[in-house]
Amino acid sequence: MPQTTSWTSKHLLDLESLTAEQIAFVLDTADTFAEVSTRSVKKVPALRGKVVVNAFFEDSTRTRTSFALAASRLSADVIDFSEKGSSVSKGETLIDTARNIEAMGIDAIIIRHQAAGSAALLARTVKCSVINAGDGAHEHPTQGLLDLYTIRKRFGRVEGLKVAIVGDIANSRVARSDLWGLTRLGAEVILVGPPTLLPRAFERLATGPGRVRVVHDFDAVCGEVDVINMLRVQNERMKSAQFPTVREFTRWFGLTWDRFQRCKPDVFVMHPGPMNRGVEIHNEIADGPNSGILKQVEYGLAVRMAVLYLTMQAE
Amino acid sequence: MNSLLIQNGTILDPSRGLEMRADLAVVDGRIVATMPAGVKPDRVIDAGGCLVVPGLIDTHVHFREPGDEEEETIASGAAAAVAGGFTTVCCMPNTKPALDTEAAIEFVIRESERVGLANVLPVGAITKAREGRELAEIGSMQARGAVAFSDDGTGVNDPSVMRKALQYVKMFDGLIMQHCEDHLLAGGSMNGGLVSTRLGLVGIPAEAEQLMIARDVLLNRLIGCRYHVQHISTAHSVELVRRAKRDGIPITAEVAPHHVLLTDEACSSYDTNYKMNPPLRTQADVEACIEGVVDGTIELLATDHAPHLAEEKELEFQYAPFGIIGLECALGLYVKALVTPGHISWMKLIDMMSTAGARLIRSDRGTLAPGAVGDVTIIDPNLKWKVDLSEFKSKSTNCPFVGWELIGRATHTIVGGAVKWELR
Amino acid sequence: MGNTLETPMTRLVESMADQIISGLGGPTDLVLVGIRTRGDVLANRIEPLLRERGVTKLDRGTLDITLYRDDLSEIGPLPLVKPTVMDCDIGGRPLVIVDDVIFTGRSVRAALDALTDFGRPRVVRLAVLVDRGGRELPIHPDFVALRLPDLPPTQRVSVRLTETDNADQILVESR
Repeated sequence: MPQTTSWTSKHLLDLESLTAEQIAFVLDTADTFAEVSTRSVKKVPALRGKVVVNAFFEDSTRTRTSFALAASRLSADVIDFSEKGSSVSKGETLIDTARNIEAMGIDAIIIRHQAAGSAALLARTVKCSVINAGDGAHEHPTQGLLDLYTIRKRFGRVEGLKVAIVGDIANSRVARSDLWGLTRLGAEVILVGPPTLLPRAFERLATGPGRVRVVHDFDAVCGEVDVINMLRVQNERMKSAQFPTVREFTRWFGLTWDRFQRCKPDVFVMHPGPMNRGVEIHNEIADGPNSGILKQVEYGLAVRMAVLYLTMQAE
Repeated sequence: MNSLLIQNGTILDPSRGLEMRADLAVVDGRIVATMPAGVKPDRVIDAGGCLVVPGLIDTHVHFREPGDEEEETIASGAAAAVAGGFTTVCCMPNTKPALDTEAAIEFVIRESERVGLANVLPVGAITKAREGRELAEIGSMQARGAVAFSDDGTGVNDPSVMRKALQYVKMFDGLIMQHCEDHLLAGGSMNGGLVSTRLGLVGIPAEAEQLMIARDVLLNRLIGCRYHVQHISTAHSVELVRRAKRDGIPITAEVAPHHVLLTDEACSSYDTNYKMNPPLRTQADVEACIEGVVDGTIELLATDHAPHLAEEKELEFQYAPFGIIGLECALGLYVKALVTPGHISWMKLIDMMSTAGARLIRSDRGTLAPGAVGDVTIIDPNLKWKVDLSEFKSKSTNCPFVGWELIGRATHTIVGGAVKWELR
Repeated sequence: MGNTLETPMTRLVESMADQIISGLGGPTDLVLVGIRTRGDVLANRIEPLLRERGVTKLDRGTLDITLYRDDLSEIGPLPLVKPTVMDCDIGGRPLVIVDDVIFTGRSVRAALDALTDFGRPRVVRLAVLVDRGGRELPIHPDFVALRLPDLPPTQRVSVRLTETDNADQILVESR
């Protein structure tokens, strides 16, 4: 069996810059790490003696926990660093903060930050590995990878599938990472949302082989898709007049019970969490047989183990 | 009697459409037709192979004094100006506090004289503290020497305030320079479009600029105040200015080097040296700006020299300040963007970088006619050089052009007959 | 240029099986664990031979030891880590680890570490196709089909097997 690809990057900043082969390599590696979580001793020594910092400048319990667990299953030590709000407002720049963290002898920084490009800024500055756990509205590459992994597990493939991503696309880093990953692996992506939250420019983002469609009518496409990824409705965005009310949003872009009845019977429903039940997704759908939401969380661990392992071993 | 003789150069004087091989003499700070008989010049410069042109004029710089002297002062800014071949610059009033009083205008003029390098001419604020609410003391500032009025950094967003400003400035036959950006429509950190969508950055749509130009043209239709569009950046903005000119409305426009050389693709690495306002636009916008230069819609080439400290720029893209410096490389950049590809001639370039600026601010400079002030720039049009931070006289280093190979550079900058800078 | 050793692979594999049987005193119960990639292939070949020789309760396992290695930074670009498969209970049973070549002993050390995460066998033995000497750890094989002692470290021994490499060969070549 020829193994032509390998992993050489010590950072994971985005999915945009990864090839289909590199993405598949991470997913294949994640398969291996999924096995580790089934053992009675759920731990391997691959990163023993290494130190990982969870640097979260924005709240995210689940992503932080998932990364922390992934790192500890690889035997790395995990340090939590959280600071809410902009570092600028505290008088210390992100670069200074990062240099200070790195000076403590850190091997990888996992960064979640409200500013797009902050992970790239960090990677330019520090010598250790940088893993982007979400930078503003730019990318959330491990979420993208775990979405791909979940879809691949369900269908055995990604290529040729039709995947709808629904909601506030403009402000979503998950949508961007999913878009790059899905199109690289050959899925067709249908972005669904109101024009105020879904600019036409998205249609020109794909670089194949899969293509992207921008659609403002959920009903027109819900029956043709294999996967629906419902994004979280951000209430604060609703207030900034990009959409009139949450109620109106649900009516046109929510996965309601009625709309669900018009989907394919085996449609696979995903959500990056945390969910607003009854807003973007109907309660029974979230908990029903079509839902992959808890699988996403489960697989996220294996994917993040793979990412930590690959980036921290790369030279 | 002080005298200077520039020999063997090619004189290029757009004010008279003159291009000829001739010597140029400056006596007691004024250009003379011929060196008086029997006078041995104090200094002779051999300008063989070089262009001898009216001192370059930049109608758009930021010198940060008072308030942010660590970024730039009138002294360091003037040093950067002469190093780039500029003999006159117009500094914007977005200092701390803003240049919105007669005293502030007086300060800039005195400091410029004390420094004694380039002529630094102040532009006064349109509104008090540049807040866009109440008109500043425009008449008094103009009487003291303000050459124009602008709230640059922001546009005057309230249409009723802008209408009053046009009416009031018109009374003094003054000049309004507008930073055209409707801030209700803006609010982002780069051009709104494909690249901002990709990068997840909030965009500043092209319409934010176009809206204010269109509004001001409407407001000014019956008022007829002299009105200047600063740092024009979008294709449709150029078209709006073109139509307004055709309709006989007094309007001029300037462009900055980065808007004829770079596109928003440059922001892809989140490098904050590509963050400026107006932002880098698309290739179509760059081409439209060049077309506007070629057909005369855009009459001036400015720099929008905007210094910021490295530590201010070393931030997340959305938190970093807007602006880049440009005085010391603008000439070479414009040659690269406009002359080398054959869009415009050297004569037109010098017109747009000197004579047109003098016309705009109604200065008697920008010409080599006998009797004019002896502001002269000598340019080696074939000199290849590399933009090098360590050579910069500016206090700041926020320049995306570092490392660029350019052709054409000022070798001598002469202000009032005195050599203020020469290339060594 | 390398030397191809002409000993038929079948005989060597049979020798491994014979040594396992006699070394463990004719066991009926055994866990046979191959180290990826070629140790696992060899284990696949040994398995039916052991059954023929009276091992009635035989379970197979596969170890990928990459995550347990202490020399990852020295092995170049990261290979794809493949799953470890240990579906059986190994506690209290005799277990034989199979690998193709033993050199420094570091792979076996990693394999022993990995095994402890799955249980506590009664005894663990090591069977290899080739022992080429050059140990860096106090680890020694119990069953060896072919000994090539005193090879200088500059020589590299590679085992090729039909299942993975389209031919059965043992190559000794200069690095």
